[in-house]
Amino acid sequence: MTGPMEQGEPAPDDENTPRIPSPRAAGDDLAGDDLAGGRSGSGRFVPAPREGGRGAPASPDRRAGPNPEPETPPPPDPEPSSTSTSPSSAEPEASVPEPVPPDLAPGAEPPSHTVLKSLLGAWALAACSTEETDAVEAHLTECAPCADEALRLRDAVGLLHTERSLDLDPMLRTRVLENCLGRRPARIPVPGWAAPYDAEAARLDALLNDFGDAEWHAPVRLKWFEEERRASRRTTVAGVIGHLMAVDALVATALGLDEPVPLDPEEAAGGPTARTEALWRAGRYPLTRTVREPWREQSHTLIRTVSFAGRGAAELAVSYGEFALSLQDAMLDRAFECWIHAGDIAEAVDYPYDPPSGTHLHGMIDLAARILPATLAGRRRAGLASPPRGLVTAGSPGRSLRLEIEGVGGGNWLIALDSPAALASADHEVAHVALDGVEFCKLAAGHVSPQEAAVGQLGDREAISDVLFAAASLSRL
Amino acid sequence: MQQRLARGEAAALGELYDRFASLVHSLAHRVLSDEGAADAITREVFGYVWENPDAYDPKQGSMRSWVAKLTQRQAVQRLRQDETSSYEESGLGSTEELEQKVRRASAAARADYIVTSMPAPLRAALELAYFQRRDYRQAAADLSITEDEARRRLRLGLQLLSSANIRPPEGAAPPGYGRAW
Repeated sequence: MTGPMEQGEPAPDDENTPRIPSPRAAGDDLAGDDLAGGRSGSGRFVPAPREGGRGAPASPDRRAGPNPEPETPPPPDPEPSSTSTSPSSAEPEASVPEPVPPDLAPGAEPPSHTVLKSLLGAWALAACSTEETDAVEAHLTECAPCADEALRLRDAVGLLHTERSLDLDPMLRTRVLENCLGRRPARIPVPGWAAPYDAEAARLDALLNDFGDAEWHAPVRLKWFEEERRASRRTTVAGVIGHLMAVDALVATALGLDEPVPLDPEEAAGGPTARTEALWRAGRYPLTRTVREPWREQSHTLIRTVSFAGRGAAELAVSYGEFALSLQDAMLDRAFECWIHAGDIAEAVDYPYDPPSGTHLHGMIDLAARILPATLAGRRRAGLASPPRGLVTAGSPGRSLRLEIEGVGGGNWLIALDSPAALASADHEVAHVALDGVEFCKLAAGHVSPQEAAVGQLGDREAISDVLFAAASLSRL
Repeated sequence: MQQRLARGEAAALGELYDRFASLVHSLAHRVLSDEGAADAITREVFGYVWENPDAYDPKQGSMRSWVAKLTQRQAVQRLRQDETSSYEESGLGSTEELEQKVRRASAAARADYIVTSMPAPLRAALELAYFQRRDYRQAAADLSITEDEARRRLRLGLQLLSSANIRPPEGAAPPGYGRAW
């Protein structure tokens, strides 16, 4: 809470010209304090003390008897309803040609009532020069309308507060929405497979909330794993949001929605990397904070569209150029990317950022585990993984690796090693790796290398190495 | 948005939260000074809006100001309850103190709402002068405006803010500027 609020209502306005300030109308609430002299010391007109020592001489008690007539008739009090901010607005004194800069040379004419009045806001905020402060305070002893306003504005300063708004607990969103849906079930629900994307986009958006220009242009190094090595690329926070938007648009266009930023059709068809490069080139590089709105709008539209499309759309194919995912897997993939890049952004601006909820993390790990056998086969064809140890007919059990994920969202997955068509089988387990869920996701995002990942391992070392490299190869720009 | 909520679109509920959660939570926190209580008010306010989307009348102002009003009402009600029960338990304090506390908390929440709703140029000037302790000349330079204009914005911003110290008539919309959301 903030400073004093002892004052009640502002003085009545210019219905009757308040030459003699009426005793403050019994403020609806706190007038008593004022009458009791509740404010400390002499400083009735002292602005909230911020810089210390800018004390002011006590002003006469305006309630005590008639004041000397103010020399200038008080101009009509502007109502605080004029919201125009152009200098030519309805403010009365704005139309008066400003006589002198209110900087007061010693011996100069004292500034006019109009000038002093225009300084009241700055005075209340202790944001004018010492000479101006003195001049205003001298004026307040002789001009009741200004004194009234001064008091009112200074009390208003007490209502400002320095507490920065606390970041909302990201899990609050889930709890609030669940509570709502418990009270009134949705007729058009968000499909469960879109929930992780919904949550991650909301979390990232909340992170961006307090960003100023400096944060938007903070450098971010995007990392991934390519050609068996770590690769990276420099961009900015805004560039990362552009990247997310360009790749999300793969899903949007598969649903028949428009591209947020029209791209060259050939490049747009080229998959995530080509799309991102095209967007970075299309926008006047570097992108700015203006990218946030189209990104967020697209993510909201995606959630809304898949909700209306319903369960039937879950298997719709979304092309990533070189490969395709079902719509429900693509939404998981986008949720994963959104979290990973939100983490990149948070690191770049030195904010903490938590992993997704356990359920959502589990879904993301499951997606990677399901893709691994086909990825292994692709790498084998490219000569990047060891050859199969034997032919397995489709649907029969084959050599398997147990992927044990520890921590929240964890579980056990069996990965078929010899063919994506083979049946993973505990009876044919040749290797066992154990690692933390977030560590596994970092591996799959190319943020830690297969050699560095903290992995407990048991069994066939070649199989383990193949799987870890395959996991890392899931990453891309 | 109102129609989408009425239709029972969960996606619209999510968007509603994304738009207003920080407003609702911060107003509730300003009144109650407690994280858990502010969470509870947030849950209540969104629950109410979701269950009663038709309670919003666009003719009365923006949805934002309606949501702010609901929040203040809920939070002040809770503050009153909490304070009353602690008064009854301990016997400390007086009803006047309680009323005063409620009034102060209400004014503080109104002020916060006014700050978030006032025209951005006024808010920017106040932030420079108050939070960053720039004098009005520096603020004018920072904002590339004349010193006249800087003084005008500071004064007008505080005038708007000072209306928070006036209790609105029962049932009136919170002060501030209902802007399209």
